[in-house]
Amino acid sequence: MAITIFIFIICAGLLICILRMVLGPTMADRAIAMDTATTVSVALLVLLGLFFDRYVYLDVSLVYSIISFVGLIAIARYLEKGI
Amino acid sequence: MNSVILQIAEKYIRWLLLFFALTALLRGHHFPGGGFIAGLLAGLAVVFRSLAYSEEKVFRDFPVRPVTLLSAGLIMILLSFLPAWLTNRPFMTGVWVKPVLPLAGELKLGTPLVFDTGIFLSVTGVILLFLFSLKIPEKWK
Repeated sequence: MAITIFIFIICAGLLICILRMVLGPTMADRAIAMDTATTVSVALLVLLGLFFDRYVYLDVSLVYSIISFVGLIAIARYLEKGI
Repeated sequence: MNSVILQIAEKYIRWLLLFFALTALLRGHHFPGGGFIAGLLAGLAVVFRSLAYSEEKVFRDFPVRPVTLLSAGLIMILLSFLPAWLTNRPFMTGVWVKPVLPLAGELKLGTPLVFDTGIFLSVTGVILLFLFSLKIPEKWK
């Protein structure tokens, strides 16, 4: 029961991130909202791994967070001086 | 983008990415992972290095050419077909040897590991080929 409440809270955080991604006035706002949504979904993955008792989800979340970091660096470089 | 912070961070995150690539490669037969995922992660390490420095520097410092990696991977995939073919089994059958190590127990080695390593090398070579031919096109005329 407690895990269901936690998952609802995390999904509310994801909705706020998506709202900022839609509303965001500049491109940098959208990039930061995308990275925050990635971090929140990593937390969601860890909770789902706890819920379904699959430790494989932890490895997925580790690799996903590193890949999102590299992607954010690439977006920042594109916004600064182009590819 | 000559950011010192990014260059220092790259020095550590590179080894983290390569470690995850090795983990995904070695356990890929029974768990999530495998040669393709490992190749993508190892290619991402080089792409990240080229984001921190410049593509020309990474291309100059890289020890082998990407085409060499790609062809070595393809040759390794072909070599993994040989043991099943020479012993009159169906094509691409996995042949396993299971040596017993003194402390670690049974070690399962076989042709799927050779096949996955070949896919790892060829996917890494393809990603490096994409990167270098998109960013330094005059080297590939």
